[in-house]
Amino acid sequence: MTTLTTLTTTTLEISPEPGSWVTVCEEARLTPGRGVAALLPDGRQVAVFRDRSGRTYAIDNRDPFTGAQVLSRGLVGSAEGRPFVASPLLKQRFDLETGRCLDDDEVTVPVYPVRAK
Amino acid sequence: MTTPTIVLVGHGMVGQRFLESLADRGVTERARIVVLCEEPRPAYDRVQLTSYFSGKTPDDLSMVEAGFMEKHGIELYVGDAAESVDREARTVTARSGRVFAYDALVLATGSYPFVPPVPGKDARGCFVYRTIEDLLAIEEYAKTATTGAVVGGGLLGLEAAGALKGLGLDTHVVEFAPRLMPVQVDEGGGAALLRTIERMGLTVHTGTGTQEVVTADGSVTGMKLSDGSELATDMVVFSAGVRPRDQLARDCGLTVGERGGIAVDEQCRTSDPAVFAIGECALASDGRVYGLVAPGYEMAQTVAATLAEEAGEGDGFTGADMSTKLKLLGVDVASFGDAHGTAEGCLDVVYSDSRSGVYKKLVVSGDGVLLGGVLVGDAEQYGLLRPLTGTVPPVSPEQLVLPAGAGAPVALGPSALPDDAVICSCHNVTKHAIGECSSLAEVKKCTKAGTGCGSCVKVIEKLLPAPADKGLCGCFSYTRSELYEIARTLRVTSFAALLDSHGREAARGGEGCEVCKPTVGSILASLNNGYILDGEQASLQDTNDHFLANMQRNGSYSVVPRIPGGEITPDKLIVIGEVARDFGLYTKITGGQRIDLFGARVDQLPSIWTRLVDAGFESGHAYGKALRTIKSCVGQTWCRYGVQDSVKMAIQLELRYRGLRAPHKLKSAVSGCARECAEAQSKDFGIIATAGGWNLYVGGNGGATPRHADLLAQDLSDAELVRLIDRFLMFYIRTADRLERTSTWLERLEGGLDHLKDVVVHDSLGLCDELESLMAAHVADYQDEWAQTLDDPERLRRFVSFVNAPEAPDPSVRFVPERDQIKPDLTILTLGRTNSTLEGASSR
Repeated sequence: MTTLTTLTTTTLEISPEPGSWVTVCEEARLTPGRGVAALLPDGRQVAVFRDRSGRTYAIDNRDPFTGAQVLSRGLVGSAEGRPFVASPLLKQRFDLETGRCLDDDEVTVPVYPVRAK
Repeated sequence: MTTPTIVLVGHGMVGQRFLESLADRGVTERARIVVLCEEPRPAYDRVQLTSYFSGKTPDDLSMVEAGFMEKHGIELYVGDAAESVDREARTVTARSGRVFAYDALVLATGSYPFVPPVPGKDARGCFVYRTIEDLLAIEEYAKTATTGAVVGGGLLGLEAAGALKGLGLDTHVVEFAPRLMPVQVDEGGGAALLRTIERMGLTVHTGTGTQEVVTADGSVTGMKLSDGSELATDMVVFSAGVRPRDQLARDCGLTVGERGGIAVDEQCRTSDPAVFAIGECALASDGRVYGLVAPGYEMAQTVAATLAEEAGEGDGFTGADMSTKLKLLGVDVASFGDAHGTAEGCLDVVYSDSRSGVYKKLVVSGDGVLLGGVLVGDAEQYGLLRPLTGTVPPVSPEQLVLPAGAGAPVALGPSALPDDAVICSCHNVTKHAIGECSSLAEVKKCTKAGTGCGSCVKVIEKLLPAPADKGLCGCFSYTRSELYEIARTLRVTSFAALLDSHGREAARGGEGCEVCKPTVGSILASLNNGYILDGEQASLQDTNDHFLANMQRNGSYSVVPRIPGGEITPDKLIVIGEVARDFGLYTKITGGQRIDLFGARVDQLPSIWTRLVDAGFESGHAYGKALRTIKSCVGQTWCRYGVQDSVKMAIQLELRYRGLRAPHKLKSAVSGCARECAEAQSKDFGIIATAGGWNLYVGGNGGATPRHADLLAQDLSDAELVRLIDRFLMFYIRTADRLERTSTWLERLEGGLDHLKDVVVHDSLGLCDELESLMAAHVADYQDEWAQTLDDPERLRRFVSFVNAPEAPDPSVRFVPERDQIKPDLTILTLGRTNSTLEGASSR
C-alpha cells in the first residue's frame, strides 16, 4: 500500500470564482478517503476531499436531494476508476471530478478548482 | 329470462377458490352469487393459522383480495350462517332470518374439530384449534397459565403444541396412536420426529389415551390418562382430528356417508342434482373425505366448470394426491404417494440419522418406479421427489436419500424433471409453465405457483436463471462472511491491503466504495477491538460512526447515552434533562428504554458529551452496527410475578456486549417471567426467566419483517447463559452477510436452528473455544469511544462545522418550535440554490 506522505506543510485553496482563491486548511488535515467542509465568504459551503493517491477535489457541500449541507461527511469511493462521494443521508453518489450524480442523470452539483500551495 | 342465483354456504379457503373460479369463467357476470359466512371474517388462510402466533395479523391471513366481492358483484354475508335448506322450494334460510332462493346450492361448510367424549371436556380452559377466534381465546387464556396439554399428536395437534410452547407454556402432547403423525409418517419417521420434538422441550405421551379432564370450580386443573397417571395442566387443546360438517345436509335429507360427509359424485353433485358439496364436508366418489386444501380446490374448480357449462367428458373429481409437506415446530415433515408402502411387492430404501433427527424413506416398486415416501427432519427433496412419483427416477433411489457429500455422487437437480411434472400441487403448475417466467415474483404473479403452501419455492428458484454475482459490491466478489474469514486467517488489518489483494481486478488500487468500506471497517473492528476512528479506520466508517452520533435529515445529530437495562437514577435523569435544556435539544423516550437527544450541531457534540461523560454516561452506540439496548422488565425485585432478577441480568449483559461491532445492529431484552413484558422474543437475542434459570431465544425481530425468536436453550444458569450468548453472537458476526440481522441470517443458515444448536450448544465444529476467546478479548478491550475521543485533542479536531472557520456554527442547521420543543427548519434547506452546471474539473 502506498500513501503520499507530506513532508512540508502544504495549504489547500479553492477557487469559488475565476481568479480568486480561498484558503481551506493544511493538506495534512485531510484523511485520505474523507472530506471536510469549508465556509466561503458569501456563505456557500464547499466539501473538499482527498483520495488514497493524494489527489484533492472540491464540490458544493449541499446534497441536492435533501437540501442539507452534508456531502463533506460522505464516504469517498471509486467506480470504474473515477472517484465519487456517497451522500451520508440517502447515499446518492456524485462524481468528484464533474459533480454529476451517478444515480440520477438530471442532477449535478457544482465543482470548484482546488490547488495546493 | 331471469338471472339464475348460486348460493354458496361457507366461506373458507375452498369457498373462496370456488368464487374465484366462477369469476374466472365469467359466471359472476351472468348469475347472482350469494355467500353465507358463519365466521366473523371472510375467508382466510387456515393452513397458515399458526403463523398468527409468529406475528401475522388476521388481515395478513386473508385470502380475499381487496375489492374482489364488489368487483364481481358478489353478496357476502359475514357472520351469518345458513340455518336450513328447503330443497323443494329451493331456498336457504340464514340465522338472521334472510331467505335466499337458489338455482344451484354449493355447500362448503368444511369440518369441525372432533372432541372425544370424555368427562370435563367442556370445562373452562378446554379449547379446539380451528379458527382465528379459537387462537385468540387460547392466547388470552394462556396469559394466566403455565402448563398446557394438547390431545392429538397429528398435524394440527403438533401445530397447536408449537403454539402453546411459543406462548411460553410447559407443553405436553398426548397421542393415542403409538407414534406422532400416524397418518402421514411411518414408525421410523415418527421416532425421528419424537426425538426432535422432545429435544425442543415438549413432553410427548404416545400410545396414551385421555380418560378425563380434571376440573376444580369448573376450570381445568389436569388430565387423567389411560396409563393411570395424572397430568397437571392449566389448559387442554383438543386436536384429535376433524369431522365433516354435514348437519345442514342431514337436516334436509341429502345422502351422507356412514361415517359422515355429504356423498357426492365425480361432479361433486349430491343426491339432489341442484346441490353440490366441496372441500372437507364432502365424501368424494372414491369414498374418502379429503382434509387437505389442494383436493378441495380441485373440487371447487370442478363445480365452477359444471356451473359454467364448460365441463367436458372425463372432467371431474375422482380422488386426489394426499402428498403433504409442512414445517412443524421448525421440523420439516413430508409424505407423498404410497408413503406406507401398501402396494404389493414394493420395497423400501431408508436413510436414518437419529443424531440429527433426519429420517428418509422411499417406496419403490420391483421394477424401480418411485411409489412414494416419507421425509422427516430434511424435506428439501420433497419438491423434486413428488413430481417424480410414478416414474423411474434418473438416478438410483439410495442416491436420492443420502445426504450430499455422503457418497452421493450425483445430485439430482430439478432439471431432471420432465416438462409436464407438476411443481406446485396447490395450484397445479407444471415445470413448463414456470420455465416461461424469469423471476420468482413473476412466477407467483403469472401462475400462482408457490403462493399456496410454499413448499415448492425452493425448486422453483432452482428452475429460474441463476442469480447474479453474490459479491459484496462492485469492489469485492466475496461475501461479508468470506471477507471476515480472509481478514481473520490472513490477519489483514487494513482496508487498502484487503482491497489490493482480494478486491476485484478493476477495483484494486482504487478507493473502494460506500458499501465495502464500512463493512470491512466493521470486520476489522470486530477482530481488533481497537478505537475505530484512528488512522485508516477513520476513513472507513459511515458518517454516523465517524462522528459517534446519528445524522438527522437536516445534517444535525442525535445523541444517545447508554442506559443499561433501562435503569437510571434520578440524578442521571436530571443530568440528561439539564443537558437537553442547556443545548436546546429535542428529547424523546425510545422503544429501547433510553432517551434520544436530537438537534445537536457537529461542533456541539464534544461539549454535550463532556457533560454526559462527567456524569457517568457513556456512548450508547446508537450510531453503530453494534449492540444497541437490552430492555428489561422490572423483574422479581418488584413484580409479584417475577421469578428472576431481569434488570440485573440485562445490565450485566449490556455491559458485557456494549461496543460489540456486528454485521447489523443487535437488540436484546430480558423478561423476568413468561409474561414477557420486555418482549424478548422480538429481539436478536432474548432471555426469559424460568423458575429454573433462563431460556434463551435467538433470531427474533420487530420492524418491517417481524419474526418470533426461536428457543435455543432452556433453564440455563447465569454462567451458561452468558457463555451461550458469547458463542451465538460471535458465530453470527463471523458468518452473517452485510446488513443481515440475526433473523434473516438464521432463516438463511443451512440447517437452520438445528445447525445453530449443533455449533453453539454441542460444539459440533469445535469452534466454541475460539468464539468464547474472541468475546473475552472484546470484553477486556472495551473502552468508551466518547471518553477516548474527549481525552485526545487530535481526535476532537474533526468536530467542527467548517475546517476554515472552527468557531462558526453551520447556518443551515436551524430549528423551529413545535409542541414546546424544536424541530428541523426544513424551509432553509429548500431555499438552496438550484443546481448549476459544472465549472470544470479540479485536479492538482
